[in-house]
Amino acid sequence: MQGIQKAKGERSLRSQIGKKQKVHKQSFIKKIIKTVKKDYQLYLLALPAIVYFILFHYWPMYGVQIAFKDFIAVKGITGSPWVGFKHFERFFTSFQFWRLMKNTLGISIYQLVAGFPIPIIMALLLNQTRNKRFKKVVQTVTYAPHFISVVVLTGMMYIFLSPRNGIVNQFIGLFGKDSVFFLGDPKYFKSVFVFSGVWQNAGWGSIIYLAALSGINPELYEAAKVDGATKLQTIWNIDIPGIMPTAVILLIMNVGRIMDVGFQKAYLLQNSLNVEASEIIATYIYKIGLLQSQYSYSTAIGLFNTIINIILLVSVNKIAKKVSDTSLW
Amino acid sequence: MVKRRGDKMKTSIKRSKEDLIFDIINYTVLTLALFVVAYPLYFIVIASISDPDAVNNGLVWLLPVGITGEGYERIFQDSRIWLGYKNTFIYTIVGTLINITLTMMIAYPLSRKDFSGKKFLMIFLMITMYFNGGLIPTYLVVKDLHLNNSWWVMVILGAVSVYNVIIARTFLQNNIPEELYEAASIDGCSHFVFFIKMVLPLSKAIIAVLTLYYGIGHWNEFMRALIYLRDEKLYPLQIILRSILVQNMSQDPMMGDVENAVEMARIGELIKYGVIIVASVPVLLLYPLLQKYFVQGVMIGSVKG
Repeated sequence: MQGIQKAKGERSLRSQIGKKQKVHKQSFIKKIIKTVKKDYQLYLLALPAIVYFILFHYWPMYGVQIAFKDFIAVKGITGSPWVGFKHFERFFTSFQFWRLMKNTLGISIYQLVAGFPIPIIMALLLNQTRNKRFKKVVQTVTYAPHFISVVVLTGMMYIFLSPRNGIVNQFIGLFGKDSVFFLGDPKYFKSVFVFSGVWQNAGWGSIIYLAALSGINPELYEAAKVDGATKLQTIWNIDIPGIMPTAVILLIMNVGRIMDVGFQKAYLLQNSLNVEASEIIATYIYKIGLLQSQYSYSTAIGLFNTIINIILLVSVNKIAKKVSDTSLW
Repeated sequence: MVKRRGDKMKTSIKRSKEDLIFDIINYTVLTLALFVVAYPLYFIVIASISDPDAVNNGLVWLLPVGITGEGYERIFQDSRIWLGYKNTFIYTIVGTLINITLTMMIAYPLSRKDFSGKKFLMIFLMITMYFNGGLIPTYLVVKDLHLNNSWWVMVILGAVSVYNVIIARTFLQNNIPEELYEAASIDGCSHFVFFIKMVLPLSKAIIAVLTLYYGIGHWNEFMRALIYLRDEKLYPLQIILRSILVQNMSQDPMMGDVENAVEMARIGELIKYGVIIVASVPVLLLYPLLQKYFVQGVMIGSVKG
């Protein structure tokens, strides 16, 4: 009697568990069906862009493996033989390596040091101008070069910096100095590169800080006025702390791109005279890969570049999180 | 009491004096910046209509000297420039249309709080911002798809920019209330219909911003053409510009009638100035009208979300 009851109990327990599992399974499938039913149209809307990213971003990521292979076109990406770190070793030991690193990092650190504070200063100054009209004119004019193409920009630089009749050298000539061949001398390349960038983008870069400044609580300014603060003190104690989070975020993003010096401008400004200073990783990847068809070697250099960027981005983000509580993620 | 008031007055005088100095420095610096940015642009304009000899001898500073339209005449006779112009026009219009369509289509689902794939899709997009296959792997894919050396590559590569998707999504989140769809769906409105009939008409401002960003990107595109195009008939304007401005090849085809080498160099310089203007005119014409939208785009983008 007891045994039967026990058995019965077990059976009912088992069937109960079974039912529960079944119910669970059913509700899970139901949930999926429900979600799909609810959201399938949203997925369909996103689909074309998803296909684009898979084709032109994720498929190339699969192709990155040729950095560890000897790519042979007829065998394809998958069929080419593995060679481990051969191409990386070749790059690290090549005489080009240090020159490329020096030029790439040199330009981008210079760019960061000179280019990063200028938009901030511009925004702070613009923010203090009372004359609305003047402010508008300065903004309109300084934003404009941002939309000029790199080709036109470099064309203008060749014109203005020409040693024969360029306007810059005519100006230098007024002081009785000899003309300088800016684009033919490796010594000037970095400065020319960086300051043409500042000319083109400083105004545009200030917009984001102006937006941050306009978001500062006006009561702070009133309090400062009551306390008798000068404009300089207001900038120092209210404006700068107010735009700090924006500046930190932008700084992190800039550091995360430190190895990405603009290919187009470097390539267009490059000539046989300044190549010593103008050969950067991006231009080298282009030459080795597309002009000399060393696909695997070029991909390996590119991958090295990307990995350095990611390491820098992650570590700067970590430091920023600790120091200022602001971070990308 | 009197003394204290005196102190206060003294500090306020001191303050206004310091502020005055600050203002003077401020306006001077900004005026200088204005001049440094504007002058090169202005110079190109006056040099393009001046006598090239006067420009070479440094006589052109503030106003054009010996006004001539010769440079522009030669530019308009050059078939390469016309072809480049036409190609760039097509790439810009078709490319931008594709950009806007795809960007808005993915931005809408991402803007909906109740969308189940939201988080996954965001990560899917963000990864491509920091990690990419690089030049050669992308080149191989384009080759495999037989897009190499065709005009498709100019309109399809770069079809969606993650940054612009985020701007558009942020805009939709802030401007299309969730309840609007719920109300519409009760009446049997599907997401498709809602997207076309409600979302797009309410998104004119962001579509303007995206059109400008993408459009100017296409107009200025150089690298893609350099890498993927071999056929001269497909060359966009920027490639033609490079051969004239950077490689100094303004002489060859259109100079058949000019025998003298000195004359050739002279007109070559003039053409450079003119060609910069001709290539930048569409952008520069639109710019003042649409500046508001550009700035709006940056503002929306700066909202972290």
